[in-house]
Amino acid sequence: MKQYLGPLRKDNPVLVQTLGVCSALAVTAQLKPAVVMALSVMVVCSVANFIISLIRNTIPPRIRIIVQLLVVSTLVIMVDQILQAYVYEVSKMLSVFVGLIITNCIIMGRLEAFALSHSPFPSFVDGLMNGIGYGLVLVVVAFFRELLGSGTLWNYPVVPQSWYAAGYLNNGLMILPPMALILVGGLIWILNSKKSSVK
Amino acid sequence: MRELADIFVRSVFIDNMIFAYFLGMCSYLAVSKNVKTAFGLGIAVCFVLAVTVPVNYLMDKYLLQKGALVWLSASFAEVDLSYLSLILFIAVIAGIVQLLEMVIERFSPALYQALGIFLPLIAVNCAILGGSLFMQERHFPTVAHSLSYAFGSGIGWLLAIVAFAAIRERLKYSDIPKPLGEKGIAYIITGLLGIGFMAFLGI
Repeated sequence: MKQYLGPLRKDNPVLVQTLGVCSALAVTAQLKPAVVMALSVMVVCSVANFIISLIRNTIPPRIRIIVQLLVVSTLVIMVDQILQAYVYEVSKMLSVFVGLIITNCIIMGRLEAFALSHSPFPSFVDGLMNGIGYGLVLVVVAFFRELLGSGTLWNYPVVPQSWYAAGYLNNGLMILPPMALILVGGLIWILNSKKSSVK
Repeated sequence: MRELADIFVRSVFIDNMIFAYFLGMCSYLAVSKNVKTAFGLGIAVCFVLAVTVPVNYLMDKYLLQKGALVWLSASFAEVDLSYLSLILFIAVIAGIVQLLEMVIERFSPALYQALGIFLPLIAVNCAILGGSLFMQERHFPTVAHSLSYAFGSGIGWLLAIVAFAAIRERLKYSDIPKPLGEKGIAYIITGLLGIGFMAFLGI
């Protein structure tokens, strides 16, 4: 059980292993696209892990990367079509980043490191947990960026109107892409200092 | 001609792959410990982008878009295969990377030595697939436009990783707060560089 919970914090794919950063940062200006993105990655990662693990004994090792890419991209196409059908606006906002799930290093990394050597069910759980670990970071970063940058959460205004009247201003800097990186840097700092104080 | 130059400059500075879209961050953070390897990876990315994006452009134009198959038969005018673009693009990229690796190994062992370890990694670099996907989204009129875009993005990526590696080499001698660590400071530096690059937005 413990090894499955690792990705949530101790081995968090984004904060500790520096994987999948590419898409993690670009979609976090608002909470909604971040949650949708996190869910998509969770689904793709767990299902891809499951499928690859099912066929792991039949894939010739030399072409395994291509096989993995094909499985993942088929799943991503399905996710993309579903998003376009049900949440069109969010899928417009995510634009190419849904497609970039294919090259998300978390997924490839888990396929290589776990699914190729474990049976289907544990692989599924492992993929899911890594997806959740990735999602957590996304949601935390998006929460702060949307709250401080636009004064809203999930598009509902949370900063009371009276604050604006009293001179409160949204921090426009938070909306800019580079702030996501700085926030993640801060998150790493907080997590590491906690870890070392426990020791 | 002017238009091509515009696209080039725009993709190097304003739409910089790393600072504006965070594409290829994984290898950017992993392979920037020293300038020399960073430069090698940058060249490889640049090269692969400049080859794959125009090829994918042709794929998109003559196979995937709505009505793209008219050259086969007029009855295909309504066929829209663009939902297949992800799988086709990644297949093209993986194929070309494999091919390039073999060609370079055969004809230029020196270059192969320099790029060798990076080439296979590049197939799963977000910057490469991202280049193709942005190319598709922007609807460039000709192959030359897409080539200029791809080359510009590659140069932008190279610039970013070399600059970052140079800073990181210096960082060894600085006193970073322990818990922040090398990784944390790397993110923050990239963020600050990104803010610096935003100054180009006015051009």
